[in-house]
Amino acid sequence: MPELRYREALGAALREEMRRDQRVFLMGEDIGVFGGAFKVTDGLLAEFGEKRVRDTPISENTIVGVGVGAAMAGLRPVVELMTINFALLAFDQIVNHAAHIHYMFAGQSCVPLVVRMPQGAGHQLGPTHSHCFEALFLHIPGLLVAVPATAADAKGLLKSAIRDENPVIFIEHESLYGVRGEVPDGEDELVTFGKARIAREGSDVTVVGVSRMALTAERAAATLAERHGVSAEVIDPRTLRPLDLDTILASVHKTNRCVIVEEGWPHGGVGANLAALISEQAFDDLDAPVRRVSGADVPMPYSKPLEDIAYPHEQQIVGAVLDTLGPAAPGGTAPGGTANAAKVSS
Amino acid sequence: MVSAQEPIGDAHQSPRSLPESAVAREWLQTMTLIRRFEERAGEMYARAKVGGFLHLSIGEEATIVGSSRALRERDYLISTYRSHGHALVRGTPPENVMAELFGRADGCSGGRGGSMHMFDAARRFMGGYGIVGGNLPIAAGLALASDYEDTDDVTLCTFGDGASNQGTFGETLNIAALWKLPVVFMVTNNQFGMGTSLSRHSAVTDLQRKGESLGVPGMRCDGMDVLDTYAVLCDAIARVREERRPLLVEAVTYRFRGHSMADPEQYRSKEEVAHWRRRDPIPAFGERLVREGAIDEDELKRIDEQALAAVDAAVEFAEASPFPAPETLYDDVYVLSDASRGWYSVRTTEPGGAAPDGAPSDEFSQAHGNDEIPQQMSDALAHGEDRG
Repeated sequence: MPELRYREALGAALREEMRRDQRVFLMGEDIGVFGGAFKVTDGLLAEFGEKRVRDTPISENTIVGVGVGAAMAGLRPVVELMTINFALLAFDQIVNHAAHIHYMFAGQSCVPLVVRMPQGAGHQLGPTHSHCFEALFLHIPGLLVAVPATAADAKGLLKSAIRDENPVIFIEHESLYGVRGEVPDGEDELVTFGKARIAREGSDVTVVGVSRMALTAERAAATLAERHGVSAEVIDPRTLRPLDLDTILASVHKTNRCVIVEEGWPHGGVGANLAALISEQAFDDLDAPVRRVSGADVPMPYSKPLEDIAYPHEQQIVGAVLDTLGPAAPGGTAPGGTANAAKVSS
Repeated sequence: MVSAQEPIGDAHQSPRSLPESAVAREWLQTMTLIRRFEERAGEMYARAKVGGFLHLSIGEEATIVGSSRALRERDYLISTYRSHGHALVRGTPPENVMAELFGRADGCSGGRGGSMHMFDAARRFMGGYGIVGGNLPIAAGLALASDYEDTDDVTLCTFGDGASNQGTFGETLNIAALWKLPVVFMVTNNQFGMGTSLSRHSAVTDLQRKGESLGVPGMRCDGMDVLDTYAVLCDAIARVREERRPLLVEAVTYRFRGHSMADPEQYRSKEEVAHWRRRDPIPAFGERLVREGAIDEDELKRIDEQALAAVDAAVEFAEASPFPAPETLYDDVYVLSDASRGWYSVRTTEPGGAAPDGAPSDEFSQAHGNDEIPQQMSDALAHGEDRG
């Protein structure tokens, strides 16, 4: 199985789908001549030309809206927003139009549009350029939401997204573009939406990690095994809409404990939603309250020491897991409450 | 008194000559149908048969018919929240438009959209849109698809003077000019963005010029004159079709009624409205047809009677059409397939989560409710089968 960087896997998905289907075309800021702000689309202009790889003006709402119209007319546009932060400018087209057109017009039209965008903190880009917005998109019926953490998922999910008839918000992570991983070869190697990945099997606690946090959770699980003798099962949901709740509930049924890790804010977050679902549907399976590890409830600060404690790292996950296991666990403290990055760190 | 642009053109007679009789008659019929439909829709709103907002296009009929008749059937038309007339002009039966207003299953958007969200894919009426300026980027996307697939189709995108201040106006005109997209942007200048007059909402009131800095040349037509609107739009559409680049056309008109039904119209005087009503496009055109012998007085009367009868039938149809069944609530949130099936909805506490008879709709069951789905997932999916 070839090993690719996350960005190369995404590029391969785009290239394969563009070769496979003439209706697939790309739009975005600096995706062509410049090769993409994160080089995902590097080389595609040379292969497919300006008709299918379109550099756009800086007009996020309109780029997405052009994608909506083109999709309604039968094309398969893939729009790249340079980062998720700029998706806020496109919210009208994403929510009022892309997400609602199929429903609002009683199924007469559909919007097979993919909007790709990377999120994430860690590069000292400050409050306006470090967002994690999975929860905003999760909130909206009519959208599919993918949050790939590995190169294989990046490729397989993007190919599925392009072939889907629904609008897909495809959330990449800035810190993952250079990360290598094994990627199955083959044009029809898809990753199905709504099927979680069990990244590591375990029996003591379920740790759900979203986007990059799936990888951070895996590292935390290794530490928990080595240093604390705790067997953590790590689940990467891969898509939030649809969400593979079954896999998560089956794991909680086995472990009786759950920690949810996300980089976004705690209030109204992915973890808040998932914790509610677990408490509604698996209350009797729980031996401890569901714990959340999230980004700090602050705009992202620029200064490195502050930024570092404003989003979750391995140590916060380890701490939350030990908390949920209770005083009996080595290094554990009393369970209860929600950890966010800053609180755990301070 | 707030200022408003004076009606343009000769107040008594259009300088344009008439098309052949059958064509002229059809234009008059359609304008009259739209007028009578809108009047009746207003009455139905007052009787609470129609909910939400209701934006009527009374006074603007010539802009609708004159522009749309310049299109080919395959061309796209996309409009705003004031879109009943655009559906009608494209041939959507008045029955289905009225049923949509009534929120019925036979509405042209299945009762999902209402007044602001009419749609008729088969007739390439690509929708009314509730967000001011929201339709402009979509129009550019439709036009891009026409080019992409090497057709010579064009897109006519209508919007109001108020929308010319939205970011999407500047963004879309720029991208359309940059990419040479075949769109005619028609700003229906009815003199008001809701209750704010043109001179109070736009620094540039000569709207046809508002695209110049973005590379989109402008034209203007007398939107109270169906002949002028048609002639100018024919010219614009032909140029766009041939040259594959966008144009902006300003249709100067006037909205005789309030912005919506909930508009006390304190922002304009009765005299101003009366002044514009003297240029009412429908009698002006009808009288011209009689004067030039295209139709006679009897036929003029008959056209109105036919429109009234069509509207009567539309109301009768809408009344008889069922409301959408509760179990269809979740239909068409997604295009369902094996790839996209999954857990879309939370159960038990959301309003309307359960159909009264507890049965999910066919499509939903088909997609989600079969026996192969594990119990936990089907519980979650059945959204309320077991609520309470």
